[in-house]
Amino acid sequence: METFAQYDVGGFYDELIAADGIPRPGAQLLVDKIESLPPGDLAMRQRAAERLLLKMGITFNVYGGEEGTEKIFPFDIIPRIVPATDWRQIEAGLKQRIFALNEFLQDIYNDKKILKDGVIPKDLIYSSRTYRRECEGFTPPRRIWCHVTGTDLVRDGDGRFYVLEDNLRCPSGVSYVLENRQVLKRTFPQVFEASKVRPVDDYPSKLLEMLEYLAPDHVQAPTIGVLTPGIYNSAYFEHSFLSQQMGVELVEGQDLVVNDGHVHMLTTKGLKRVDVLYRRIDDDFVDPLVFRPDSLLGVPGLIAAYKAGRIAMANAPGTGIADDKVVYAYVPQIIRYYTGEEPILANVPTYICGDDEDRSYVLDHLDQLVVKAANESGGYGMLVGPHATPEQRRAFAEKIKAEPRNYMAQPTLSLSRVPTIVGDRIEGRHVDLRPYVLFGREIYVQPGGLTRVALTRGSLVVNSSQGGGSKDTWVLEEGR
Amino acid sequence: MLSRVANSIYWMCRYIERAENVARFIGVNLNLLLDMPSEVGKHWEPLVMITGDQELFEQDDRQYTKEAVINFLTFERRYANSISSCLAAARENARSIREIISSEMWEHLNSFHLSLADATSRRTALEEPHKFFKIIQMRSHLFTGLMDSTMSHGEAWNFARIGMMMERADKTSRILDVKYFMLLPQVDLVNTPIDNIQWTAVLRSASAFEMYRKEHHLITPRQVASFLIFDSHFPRSIRHCVGKAQICLQRIMNGSANGAANAAEKQLGRLRAELDYADIEEVVATGMHEYLDNLQTRLNRIDMAIGTTFFNLKPSLETLSSQQ
Repeated sequence: METFAQYDVGGFYDELIAADGIPRPGAQLLVDKIESLPPGDLAMRQRAAERLLLKMGITFNVYGGEEGTEKIFPFDIIPRIVPATDWRQIEAGLKQRIFALNEFLQDIYNDKKILKDGVIPKDLIYSSRTYRRECEGFTPPRRIWCHVTGTDLVRDGDGRFYVLEDNLRCPSGVSYVLENRQVLKRTFPQVFEASKVRPVDDYPSKLLEMLEYLAPDHVQAPTIGVLTPGIYNSAYFEHSFLSQQMGVELVEGQDLVVNDGHVHMLTTKGLKRVDVLYRRIDDDFVDPLVFRPDSLLGVPGLIAAYKAGRIAMANAPGTGIADDKVVYAYVPQIIRYYTGEEPILANVPTYICGDDEDRSYVLDHLDQLVVKAANESGGYGMLVGPHATPEQRRAFAEKIKAEPRNYMAQPTLSLSRVPTIVGDRIEGRHVDLRPYVLFGREIYVQPGGLTRVALTRGSLVVNSSQGGGSKDTWVLEEGR
Repeated sequence: MLSRVANSIYWMCRYIERAENVARFIGVNLNLLLDMPSEVGKHWEPLVMITGDQELFEQDDRQYTKEAVINFLTFERRYANSISSCLAAARENARSIREIISSEMWEHLNSFHLSLADATSRRTALEEPHKFFKIIQMRSHLFTGLMDSTMSHGEAWNFARIGMMMERADKTSRILDVKYFMLLPQVDLVNTPIDNIQWTAVLRSASAFEMYRKEHHLITPRQVASFLIFDSHFPRSIRHCVGKAQICLQRIMNGSANGAANAAEKQLGRLRAELDYADIEEVVATGMHEYLDNLQTRLNRIDMAIGTTFFNLKPSLETLSSQQ
């Protein structure tokens, strides 16, 4: 196996190796360890980790394939290391951003000051498919809307972190963070210990604390459930994992009924009242009486019970408006508006196709831009201009012209890379970073997050549904 | 606990028990063949008969050869009771209740399923069948052991045990039914060496040979039937299974002193009492087949009663909410 002697950072920002080929300070121990392994040992450890994941059944389902097709989420054992100084900025930036977005949600569904003050165009909000009129005039328990967020960050060639997108609906992936860590502790035990990596394992406890905080005041020991669409959902493993780790019920829509205005579970001993739901079903499907009537996943009457304060829900319905990819472009203004501060984490420069000037720029520069649909996630409905064929670009241009409101574009970033095992070599592969943020009594940022890696050479698409894998993320303690 | 969860855990265990029984039937048959004068085709048909699925087997012009029967009972995914199908179903159920069962149980069942789905297992099944089917039985035992020692013996565990016991009682009754029917009409064979080998095989199909010997020594059809139906200590006798299922059900109901509170308890309790106070003379008087047929029907009814009492609440939602 070739090791780091032949490793080439290739003109990109590499998370472990500086441009001169010398390991970055926090990565020295790890690189030394890998260099000292006998030939073939690294590949063996990689295979052992993969076997472990398969045995644990840590899989996701692929949409569009045969029903129930499961795969392991590809995992690379070389971790991504985040120095404490970088993390300090990320953590402060995320707290500021999530606080502001929560203020925005409360405002937009109630006083609408930000619209009245002309900071964001009204049309932009009202034309979004994720704006929920049903939530107008509503204040959720503890005035929190976005309880669980996964914000995608990337590091550009200049070494700075940028926010690529916010996920305020049902962000998934945190279970991989926890399981990857379990696997990696077994893969590099000594290096792990010596590197002083901050623990991620208390996420389920923090999540539980947050959910309990949402319960109505008079409920002493709230009954909490994780609401899943069921075993064919791509994130089912995570739903089951989190409910197991928290020791709460995992429920499907069919397990719940609304009776006397309260939400109940159907149990072997009759009905049992539920006080808090961590729902992992999109707004659209959560209650057929209010949203999509054809939904079989949800619970008829759930929203009415919720609005009457009989049950708390995380995340609140309607948060999708804050991660609309066009609203995203306004997040820096949103932060300034509600906090009076400058954003700590920058946005990626964004062109809004609904804006005439921006649109013509986008259409003229499709070969240089990444174009995304406003309400899609998981890497669907997007065009990576530099890697697309002229036909694909032409077809996409038509879509943009037909529905400009629905698209935004960003320059192709030079995503940072991390050394990754490819066959019997170590090569650089592009990564992003999704830290998880909980908003309860206070805002908590899990020190770590999901590092997603584009396993195909040169590829920038890291989504698991599009051939991406993951790595463990080591956030180092202060002073390292 | 959630009704759906109770349903899944009940069926998870039934499927594993079913897979184990099929593996044992095949294993015993393979052994039997080593001791029998070769009579082509005669020895594999009964295996399919025990499952009660001859029609399905014969649909695709299959012949009762060793290879065809083993393939059908072990790997045929279109056949819901093949070992592969049972394990896939058990795992699917387990997957929907991963947070309820222990990680040990889940990981073991997951590997069990994956190894059987692996392409090499078809070859092993035909090349080294004795070893192969033994491994399947041992893996099932390992699962039961893990369930016993890594999962709290609470409500979920009790539902799991009921599933296992109901399946086991059903399978023991089927073995006995088929073999009795096949072996007894041939009056001239009674008490010949072959007959002895055959009845030994019946006992082995229920892992009962050694325990039977300790109890009864001589092997007679009547004693074998009595042992498999009425023995109070043998873990695969029908009486024992029904008794254990009843105890689990009482634990779930918190042993209400007022007697049976629902249809499942009533039917299970009644069957148990009858098994406690009947004997083999009565069975012979009724006719073995008629008796076992009736027994199977009642086991099915109990299964349905458990379903409507605990798993499918929606139809009776009105009455339930008033009970609160």
